[in-house]
Amino acid sequence: MMGIPGNWRLRKQRYQLAGTRCRDCGTIHFPPRQVCPRCKNRHLSDFKLSGKGTVYSYTTIYQTTPKFQFFVPYVVALIDLEEGPRITAQLTDVDPEAVTIGMPVEMVLRKISEQGERGLIHYGYKFRPRLR
Amino acid sequence: MADVLKPERPVGIVGYGAYIPRYRLPAREIARIWRGTQEAEVLPVDQKSVPGPDEDTITMAIEAAENALMRAGIAPEVIRAVWIGSESHPYAVKPSGTIVAQALGITPNVSTADFEFACKAGTEAMQAGFGFVGGRMADYVLTIAMDTAQGRPGDALEYTAAAGGAAFVIGPAEHSLALLEGAFSYVTDTPDFFRRAHQLYPEHGHRFTGEPAYFHHIVHAAQKLMEGLQRRPPDYAAVVFHQPNTKFPFKVAKMLGFREEQVRTGLLAPFIGNTYAGASPLGLTAVLDLARPGDRILVVSFGSGAGSDALSFQVTERIEERRTRAPLTQTYIQRAKSIDYATYAKWRNKIVMH
Amino acid sequence: MRPVAIVGVGQTPVREHWDAGLRELAVQAVWQALDESGRTSVDVFYVGNMLSGTLTGQEHLATLIAEYAGLAGVEAVKAEAACGSGAAAFRQAMLAVASGAAEVALAVGVEKLTETSTHKTTDGLASAADADYETAMGISFVALNALLMRRYMHEYGYRKADFAAFVEVAHRNAVHNPNAMFRHPVTREQYERAKIVADPVNLLDSSPIADGASAVVLTSLERVKEFPTVPVWVAACEVSTDTIALDNRENPLWLKAAEQSVRKALKNSGLTHRDIQLFELHDAFSIMSALSLEGSGFAEKGEAVKLADEGYFAIDGTLPISTFGGLKARGHPVGATGLYQIVEATLQLRGEAPHSIQIPDARTAMAQNIGGSGATIITTILTKERL
Repeated sequence: MMGIPGNWRLRKQRYQLAGTRCRDCGTIHFPPRQVCPRCKNRHLSDFKLSGKGTVYSYTTIYQTTPKFQFFVPYVVALIDLEEGPRITAQLTDVDPEAVTIGMPVEMVLRKISEQGERGLIHYGYKFRPRLR
Repeated sequence: MADVLKPERPVGIVGYGAYIPRYRLPAREIARIWRGTQEAEVLPVDQKSVPGPDEDTITMAIEAAENALMRAGIAPEVIRAVWIGSESHPYAVKPSGTIVAQALGITPNVSTADFEFACKAGTEAMQAGFGFVGGRMADYVLTIAMDTAQGRPGDALEYTAAAGGAAFVIGPAEHSLALLEGAFSYVTDTPDFFRRAHQLYPEHGHRFTGEPAYFHHIVHAAQKLMEGLQRRPPDYAAVVFHQPNTKFPFKVAKMLGFREEQVRTGLLAPFIGNTYAGASPLGLTAVLDLARPGDRILVVSFGSGAGSDALSFQVTERIEERRTRAPLTQTYIQRAKSIDYATYAKWRNKIVMH
Repeated sequence: MRPVAIVGVGQTPVREHWDAGLRELAVQAVWQALDESGRTSVDVFYVGNMLSGTLTGQEHLATLIAEYAGLAGVEAVKAEAACGSGAAAFRQAMLAVASGAAEVALAVGVEKLTETSTHKTTDGLASAADADYETAMGISFVALNALLMRRYMHEYGYRKADFAAFVEVAHRNAVHNPNAMFRHPVTREQYERAKIVADPVNLLDSSPIADGASAVVLTSLERVKEFPTVPVWVAACEVSTDTIALDNRENPLWLKAAEQSVRKALKNSGLTHRDIQLFELHDAFSIMSALSLEGSGFAEKGEAVKLADEGYFAIDGTLPISTFGGLKARGHPVGATGLYQIVEATLQLRGEAPHSIQIPDARTAMAQNIGGSGATIITTILTKERL
């Protein structure tokens, strides 16, 4: 399981949906890439995604590992972001039975997990029904 | 007599934003567990807001601050200080501001600190922001008042201890949607409510919390500010007091000579409970959502321990366009889902595993 | 590349083997295969395994198993490709012989999933997905399949109950396989009532956590006559990969790696889809059966579930699948699974399958082992005659 350095290294992706954009073909990637998977160009710029998207698919999780047990039942979704990339994230502030494919959602920053009572709190992106 | 607090450089609020979590615990539901059925009118509020299982002061601060930045219409990098007032910082050591500033894209050229002064930690942070910008240390400061308050199960405070708050971008008067006319702070050593280090729940002085604490400090701070500014209650379109329940703000308004209508717009406690440091700043956002240019607004916080900050604002014509850039406070109030006591107990870590 | 034949197979029953560890399980399968082939040594030794380090704290696994099999000194390496580890080890062994680097190669797949708590095993299995961007968000391996299943149902208009046929077929076949974990049939009613794990995936959609080992001995055309067994020929064994994370695929319902590995395998063997008489597919979840059949070209997009319902994949259907019970009912000892599939296909081609599940006159079989949610797909074609 990921420790303090791993979470620190990923903070821009987790907090701000920091991705990349290929300067050649314009493809936008999340997670950030070193090589554009579409055109193999290595000239990529940082690109911050807006966090607006729609639900491509979703599932309500009833059995999970101790790290996420507190949140059961919770919804995980594949979300199509407006800029192109699809992302895997939890949905929050929503009743599982209200989720539908195509539902507009937006990113919010929430607690994802924590390393026990004494350890680090991991914050990161989740998505909720669009409010803003 | 002490002078009104006011920086040389005119300053004001450039952007504001609210946040209230989605969940509500009805007061009747708490009463069902601890008192048996009670008539609604004897309960201090109708319901209180409860943070979701993945929310804390940091996540809530971030959303309120995003709203404030959207309204301010400025780039995050121009913010030179992030100050967060709360009694529920998730870490005892590690400033909430570090995470909030990083998430908002404000880091690294920024000062951050966490403020603590019970329910007035938020207005303390605002005061510091006014001084920082007013003293030309920087042009923009982000101040946040946010809490996820905890009441001991069964205690009177459990009915009201709620979650929510507001964020303000403080900046030069020429960019402000509300100008700071002046402020006044009034503090004494009055132990009406406190929480010792490492304790989960606060202790409070029951009846003592009213007269010598809440009413004394609010009345003095408000009166001294109004005297210094030569204003009278009728000069204000709205007044926002700290709101630990529905009753106290009306009572203190009457003591100061305000009418109930002046209190009502900024009184959110009946619908969401007492959001502690977030309470009077959140009330201010609800007032700004409906304010008209030229309106004067008086905000008086109260923090146990004890003290009050009184702040006088005048709304500018910039309010009309900026308030539409982010969700209104009422949007968050109406985004409400009731939960039962068991769900609340689970989410707020009140179930002890033996 | 020279022709390669399977000249020995071995397998332990798939069970919760409380009294056997990784080495005991693997050694049993290795020596069954060696005994069949009449050998006491091999030139190279490959181990397929996913989670020995995570669950039992044992890496450097191939050397350990080689030593305990009495083969110390042999070249030994572990191959890891998540749930595709077994077939990955098989391909390495095949390549070693085909290239001429080795005359006799052994591949053994082994997994011990019951060594620790179910939670740790679940966490370990999830490590097949992207750790930073999938599992860190609270997604389990089951949940990834649930996302696929939900979308599949949405796009093609299926109900949950429509998937029952895959489960029925696997369990019906497993009744006759003495090595299977679940030797009892499952009814539609049981399927529809099963406990939901990650909506819409229920317990009966999911293959069980299990222990087991299976092994094959391979040799070259030149040496095949030295072996007492009837050889089964490796017509092709091809690997393709796709994105690790489901979200990075343009169409997650299309297993591109299945399409590509099947295309390569058919091209290299000169065979067509019609030649395939049975298909040992990777039914870790019901949805994976459907996606594997469609990606591999055995069903049109969105049609696999309908065909299953019509009995197309039953033991007496047009294309029998999971003839020994599949991952679903034989069990899914992750890193061993790919080799169980190959052993079972070999038994079918030899005509040595239990009577009720023997495909009559079986000459050509396909096995497909999948790592992750379609990220690594290894397709193997075995034939009775040398092509």
